[in-house]
Amino acid sequence: MSGTSMTTRAWLLMLPLLAVMIAVIGWPLVDTVGLSFTDAKLVGTAGNFVGIDNYVKTLTGSNFQRTLVTTTIFAVVSVFAEMVLGVLAALLLNQQFYGRTMLRGLMILPWALPTVVNATLWRLIYNPEYGALNAALTQIGMLDAYRSWLGEPGTALASLIIADCWKNFPLVALIALAALQAVPRDITAASLVDGAGPFARFRFVILPYLAGPLIVALVLRTIEAFKVFDIIWVMTRGGPANSTRTLSILVYQEAFSFQRAGSGASLALIVTLLVAVLAAAYGVLVRRTAGSTA
Amino acid sequence: MERRSFLFSFFIHACALLLAIVILAPVVWLFIMSISPAAGLTAKPLVWWPQSVDFSRYGVLLSSVENSAGAAFVASLVNSILVAGMATIAALALAIPAAWTVSRTPSVGWSLYMVIATYMLPPVALAVPLYFGLAHLGLLNTVFGLALVYLTILAPFTTWLMKSGFDAIPKEIEAAAMMDGAGLFATLRIITLPLAAPVMATSALFAFLLAWDEFFYALLFTSDLRAKTLTVAIADLAGGRVSDYGLIATAGVLAALPPVVIGLVMQRALISGLTSGGVKG
Repeated sequence: MSGTSMTTRAWLLMLPLLAVMIAVIGWPLVDTVGLSFTDAKLVGTAGNFVGIDNYVKTLTGSNFQRTLVTTTIFAVVSVFAEMVLGVLAALLLNQQFYGRTMLRGLMILPWALPTVVNATLWRLIYNPEYGALNAALTQIGMLDAYRSWLGEPGTALASLIIADCWKNFPLVALIALAALQAVPRDITAASLVDGAGPFARFRFVILPYLAGPLIVALVLRTIEAFKVFDIIWVMTRGGPANSTRTLSILVYQEAFSFQRAGSGASLALIVTLLVAVLAAAYGVLVRRTAGSTA
Repeated sequence: MERRSFLFSFFIHACALLLAIVILAPVVWLFIMSISPAAGLTAKPLVWWPQSVDFSRYGVLLSSVENSAGAAFVASLVNSILVAGMATIAALALAIPAAWTVSRTPSVGWSLYMVIATYMLPPVALAVPLYFGLAHLGLLNTVFGLALVYLTILAPFTTWLMKSGFDAIPKEIEAAAMMDGAGLFATLRIITLPLAAPVMATSALFAFLLAWDEFFYALLFTSDLRAKTLTVAIADLAGGRVSDYGLIATAGVLAALPPVVIGLVMQRALISGLTSGGVKG
C-alpha cells in the first residue's frame, strides 16, 4: 500500500474521534473565548462585546486573588502530603510483614470510593454535633467541647485537605510500590556491600527508580488539585466566609449562581491558562529528570 | 535479604497496623453508620458499636414505592448506570480505531496528543458553551446529553490507555496475517482485537468508573429524576435536611459498592494500567 493511501486511511480511522472531540471540546473552548469578551448572561440576551473588561475586573478583583491563594494552598499542601505519605506507605508495603498482600489490596479502597461519597463520609465525620471526630477526640480527652471543623474558617481548609489526602495518597503509594518492585535486588544488595546507610540507599539507589513515575503522579495530582471542585462543593461549598473557595468554585458561582456567563468564561480561561503554565513547567521538569536518569 | 532485628520487625508491623487502621477506619465507619439505629448515631457519647443491627435503610433506598426516598435513589442509580454505560461504549468505539491507527501510523500521532492534552482543561472552561449547546439541542436534563458531555473526559483517557495497549502488540503479527492473505479488517478482527481484549476491558472499567464518579457536569446539566445521577443524589442528601445520618451513609455505601468491588477484583489490571500509562507519559 502506498504512503499516501496509508495516511488517508489513518485519517479516516481517526475521524470519528477527532470530529467528536472538536464538537464537545474544541468548539466549546473557542466559544468560551468568545463569551469572555462579552457581558452575556446565562439566560436571556447574547450580551455585548466589552473587550477585555472582564479580564481586567477579574484580575484586579480581590475575590480572584484570594481564591488563587486558597487554591494554591490547597494544591501545594495536599499534593505534598500525598507524595510524602504515598512514598512512606510504599516503602512500608515493600517490606516483609504479616498480612502484606491484604494491606496492599486494601490500598485500593480510598481510590475506588467515589469522590462525592468520600466528601459525604468526611462531612459526617466532621459533623459539629454528632460527628465521629468530635466524639473520638472528646472521649480520649484531647478536646473539651465539640467543634465545627468545617464551620470555622480556621479549620475548614485543613479539614478538607485531610479528607482529600486520605483519598489520594494510597494511589501514589501503589504507583510508588510498583516502581519499587522494579528496583533490581542485586543493586540494593551491592549498595549494602558498599556500606551505604538507609538514607544514602534511598537517595542514591532507590529514588532514581521512583523519580519517573512519581513525577508523573505529581503532575497529574497537581493539575487535579488545582482544578478541584467536587470534594469542596459537597463539604463546604467554598465556605465558611469563602475560606475554602477555590478557582473552580468561583467560576461556578460567577457563571451559574450569578449567571454572569461572560465574566465566568473569562475567569475559566484564566484558570485554564494557569493550569497550562503549570503543566508546561512540569513538562520541562519531566524532560530534565528523564535526561538525568537515562 | 538483609538481616532484620526483632525491633525493626516490630516497628514494621506497628506501622503496617497503623496504615491499615488509617485506610479502614473511615470506610468501616461509613458501613457501621449505615446499619446503626438512628438514635445511637446522635447519642452522646457516640455509640461506636451498635447494640442491634439495622439493615432497614438498604430496603428503604432500594424500594420503588412511588414518591419515596427509595424511588428517587433507584432512579438516580439507573441514570448513573445508563450514563456511564453509554459514555463508556461510545468512548471505546471512538478510541479503538484512533488508538490503533496512531500506534501503527505514528505520523498522525500529533492529533492524538492534542486530544490527550485536553485532559488538562478544567471542566469549567467548557461548561458554559456546553450548557448553551445542550439547551439548544433540548438535551439538558437527559441521560443522553450527559453521556455526550462525558465523552470530553472518557474519550481522551481511553484512547491514551488503548494506544499503549496496541503498542504492546507487535506489528509483525498483523503483517504475517496479511501475508497469508487476510485483509486489513479480517486481521484486526481475528488477530489484533482479541489480543487487545484485556486492555479494552481495563479501559472500559476505567471509563465506567470515571463516569460513575463524575459530579460537576451532572450537577450542572441535570435537575430532576429524569437524569440526575447518583453523585448528585448523594450530594443532595448530604446537603439537605435529612435527619438520619445513617440514610446518607447507606446511600454512600451503595454508590461505593460497584467501584470498590471492581477495584478489589481488578486491582492488578488497574494498577498496571495506571502505571504503564504513567511511566510512558
